[in-house]
Amino acid sequence: MDEVARALGLTDEETRAIASILGRAPNHLELAMYAVMWSEHCSYKSSRMHLRRLPTEGPHVLVGPGENAGVIDAGDGVALAVRIESHNHPSAVEPYQGAATGAGGILRDIFTMGARPIALLDPLRFGPLDEPRTRWIFEGVVSGISGYGNSVGVPTVGGEVVFDECYADNPLVNVMCLGVMPVERLVLGAATGVGNLAVLLGSTTGRDGIGGVSVLASAGFGDAQADADKRPSVQVGDPFEEKRLIEACLELLDARLVVGIQDLGGAGLTCATSETASRGGVGMDVYIDKVTQRERGMEPFEVMTSESQERMLAIVTPESLGHVLDVCGRWEVRAMVVGTVVDGGRLRIFDTEGGEVLADVPASSLHEDAPLYARPMEKPAPVADVGELSSVDAGAELLDMLVDPSWVYSQYDHQLFLNTVEAPGADAAVLLLKAPGLPPAAREGRRGIAISTDGNNRWCAVDPRAGTAMLVAESALNVACTGARPAAVVNCLNFGNPEHPEVMWQLSEAIDGMAEACTALALPVVGGNVSLYNESRGRDIDPTPVVGVVGLIDRLDRRPPGVALVDGGVLLLLGTTGPGLGGSLYALRAHGRRGGPLPALDLAAHARLLDLVRGLAVDAVVSGVHDVSEGGLGVALAEMAVRSGVGFTVDGVGAGGAAELFSESPSRVVVCVPPDRVSGVVERASAAGVPVSTLGIAGGDRLTVAGMLDVGVAEATEAWRTAIPRALNAVAASH
Amino acid sequence: MSARVGVVLFPGSNCEHDAIEAVEALGGKADIVWHGATTLGDVDAVLLPGGFAHGDYLRPGAIARFSPVMEAVRRFAGDAGPVVGICNGFQVLTEAGLLPGALQKNSGLKFMCTTVEVRVESVRSTLTSAASVGDILRIPINHFEGNYTCDPATLARLRSDECVVLRYVDNPNGSIDDIAGICNTAGNVVGLMPHPERASDPLLGSGDGLVLLRSLLNSGGVRR
Repeated sequence: MDEVARALGLTDEETRAIASILGRAPNHLELAMYAVMWSEHCSYKSSRMHLRRLPTEGPHVLVGPGENAGVIDAGDGVALAVRIESHNHPSAVEPYQGAATGAGGILRDIFTMGARPIALLDPLRFGPLDEPRTRWIFEGVVSGISGYGNSVGVPTVGGEVVFDECYADNPLVNVMCLGVMPVERLVLGAATGVGNLAVLLGSTTGRDGIGGVSVLASAGFGDAQADADKRPSVQVGDPFEEKRLIEACLELLDARLVVGIQDLGGAGLTCATSETASRGGVGMDVYIDKVTQRERGMEPFEVMTSESQERMLAIVTPESLGHVLDVCGRWEVRAMVVGTVVDGGRLRIFDTEGGEVLADVPASSLHEDAPLYARPMEKPAPVADVGELSSVDAGAELLDMLVDPSWVYSQYDHQLFLNTVEAPGADAAVLLLKAPGLPPAAREGRRGIAISTDGNNRWCAVDPRAGTAMLVAESALNVACTGARPAAVVNCLNFGNPEHPEVMWQLSEAIDGMAEACTALALPVVGGNVSLYNESRGRDIDPTPVVGVVGLIDRLDRRPPGVALVDGGVLLLLGTTGPGLGGSLYALRAHGRRGGPLPALDLAAHARLLDLVRGLAVDAVVSGVHDVSEGGLGVALAEMAVRSGVGFTVDGVGAGGAAELFSESPSRVVVCVPPDRVSGVVERASAAGVPVSTLGIAGGDRLTVAGMLDVGVAEATEAWRTAIPRALNAVAASH
Repeated sequence: MSARVGVVLFPGSNCEHDAIEAVEALGGKADIVWHGATTLGDVDAVLLPGGFAHGDYLRPGAIARFSPVMEAVRRFAGDAGPVVGICNGFQVLTEAGLLPGALQKNSGLKFMCTTVEVRVESVRSTLTSAASVGDILRIPINHFEGNYTCDPATLARLRSDECVVLRYVDNPNGSIDDIAGICNTAGNVVGLMPHPERASDPLLGSGDGLVLLRSLLNSGGVRR
C-alpha cells in the first residue's frame, strides 16, 4: 500500500496521518482521494502558513480568500466576484487544452458564487520566441484562450505577455476572471439539509485529468518523454458545454432552485462533495453508478478524482428536483442525482445506492486535516549589481523594448457585452459595470470598473519583497490612471520548487512585500492561487508573483484620457526619477545584465500619487496619461506616441543619460496637458505633495529627447507593431 | 408604435443581450425567441445574433439551420419580413440557404477581434435604408470564419442586383470582392460580419452602427 501511496504523490508521513484519521489503514480509493485533496495544488500545504500574513479585510469585502472567489460590494446592490488561477503545468504539456481549460475552470469558480462572468484577463509568460518549442507553446496557449474564451462567450479584456528565458520550458499561464451579480444572489458552496440531493450537472465523467493536481501541478518537469507521458493528465475542454452550463446554473440561481452549488475543478468529485459537505457541517453519500461515465470499466478512484471539465455539483431539495431537471433539459445540460446529504459529517462512497461502501472518511478531514508544512527557508546569495550602464544607441535600444501585444489580444473577443471602454493594451482595461440581471440603478448609473494584472520577474529576482511591493504599487497605479479607485487585489504566486529552501524564502519574502504594499494602500487581498514546482531541467523560475487589481469608477460618462499624446500638449512628469537601472528591462535588453539594486519605493508617497492621478483622469483635465514602468520614461513616452501617432520633444531629461531615461523607479506618471491647464495641474500636484516637472511638449512626427534620442514616429510604430510577428516569422524562416 | 424585434437564441449564441440592449436604446422592443420555437410570435423583424450556435461544431451554422425556429424564419422572410443575421447569424443564414455563398476561415487563419471601416454600397436593404451610399462606418468585427465566398455567377448577380450591402475599406479576412455584408434580391434578408450593436455607443469607441439598427427598426412597417 505504501508504494501505491507514493505513486499517488503521498509521503509516508502523510499516509500514516491518513491511517490515524481513519483509525485503520486506508484502502486504495481513500488513498486516491486524500492524495488529490492533500496535493500542493488543493491544500496549499507549503504556502498556507505564509499566506495568513496577507491583509484580507476591508469594509467592502463580502467574501475573502478561501471560497471559490473573493467578492466585494461595488455599491448600488452590485457585487463583484473575482479570482485568479494558474494553469502553468497543463499548458507546458498541452498548450491549447491547458490554456483553454484554465479559462473554463476559472469561469466555473465565478458563476459558482452566483455571478455572471463578464471579463477574463490573461497574464502570460513564455521563453524567448527564437526557440521552436516556445513558439509552439505561445501560439497554442493564445489559440486555446481564443478558442475557448470566444466560444464560451466571455470577453478577454486584458492581461500581459512577457518573454523571458526563465520560462523557457515552463510557461506561466495565469487567468483572472471577474463576475457581477446582484448582492442577494451571492451563494456559497455549502450543502445543507439532510435528505437534500447532490445533483451532478454538465459533462460526463471520463478518464481525462486523473491526478491533474497531484501528477502535473505538484511536480516539476524533466525530460521530454516523461512530460509526454503526463499528457493524459491534461483535461480537454468543451466551451459549448460550458456556455450552456453557465446559462443553466444562472437560471437555477435566479429561480432560487439550489441550496448550494460548487464547481468541479481540481480533484473533481472528491473535492466538490467533501467541500460542500464540510462547509455545510453535514455528510454525503455518493453513488458511483449514478455518475454518467464517458467510457466503460472506469474504476471508482477514477470516477472520484477525474478532472473532466464542465461539471457542477448542485445541492437541491427533493421538491425542486423536477424543476431543476426541466431547466437543465431546456439548456441540454445533463443532470443526475449522484448523492444524498446525510447527518454525521462523513463522506461515504457507495458502488450503488444501498450497496457496498467503497470509502468512508470524515468529509472535513480532506481539507482541514491536510498537512501544513513549515518548509525550510534560506536566503540565497545576493544578486550582483548591474553597475553603471551607458547608452550606445538610445534609439535602437528603445525600439528593441517596444512590443505591441495586439497580435495576442486581437485573437480574443474583448468587446462582448458592450462594456469595453478601454480595450487591452492600455494601462488597465476599463469596463462599464453592467450585465443582464443587475439592478436597474447599476445599469443606469454608468458605473465602471478598471482591472490590471501585473508581474515583474526581474524585480522579484533581485528582491522578492521590494519587487512584489513595487508591482502591487504599479498595478494600483495602472488602475488609477483610468480614474478608478483601487478596491481589491487577487494574487497568483508562481514560484519554483518549494523543497528548495531558497524558493521558500522567495515566497515568504514576496508575501511580506505584498502585505506591506496592500496594507499601506488599503487594498484587501480577496483571493489567490499558489503555483509551485515551476521548474524545468532542475532550474527554478524567477519568483513571479502576479497581482490583479480591481478598481471602481463612480461615473463613466466619457472615455478616460488613455495612453495618448495630443499635439501641442505639455508633458509633465508626476513623481521623481530615482537613480539606478537595477532590475530594469533596459539593463537586460541593452546590456544583458540582470541584477540590483532596485530603486526605492515610498508607499506613502505612492498613495498620494494614486489619489492625484485618479482625480486628474476623472476630471479629464489631462488629455493623456501613462504610468512609467518597464522600460522607464523612454518606453512610457514612446508608447504614448505610437498609440496616438503623435511625436514629442523632451528636453527635461537626458542629463542623467540612460539611467534617467530607462530607470524603472516607481511612483511616476507622465501626463499630457493642454497648455492652458498646466498651471492647474501643477497646483493640484503641489497641493497633493507630489513632485512635478516639465518634460517637454507633444507634437510632430519624431520622438526626440535632447542629446539622446531622435527616432521617427513611423519607425517606432513599425518596430512596436511588428515585434511579435517578426519574432514568430524569424522562427518560421529558420525551419 | 415601436418596432418589435425577435432575437433568435440558439444554445451557444452569445450576442443576444448586446443586440437587445442596442435595439432598446433606440426605442425598439426586443424579445428572445428560443431556437426550439416553431413560431416567431408577434414581431416586426428578426435578428440572428452573433456567437457560436451549437458550439459552431461541424461548421458555423451547419447545425443551427436545422433548429425548428429556422422554418419560421424562412416563412417570415418569404413573407417579406425583415431578417438580419450578424456574424454567426450571417453564417446561419447562408447555411440555411436564405442568403447565397458561404463564410470560410479568415485568410490569416486567425480569429480577429478589431474595429474596421466598411463602406455602405447599397441602401436598398432593410439594414441600410437610413444610410447613404458611400458612408464610411467604423464597426467592430469578431470572427474566425468571416471570409465570404461564392461562385462567379452568384457574385455577378450580387453586384448587378445591388445586393452587396457593405464592403470593407481594407479587407481584413480575404472576403471575395471585399464583401462585408449582402442582402437577398428582395432586400429584406441581410447578413453581415461586422457587429453594428458593438458600435452603438461612442463611449465604447463608435456609434456608427446605430444607422444600421435604426434602418432595421424602421423597416418593420413595410411588411404586410
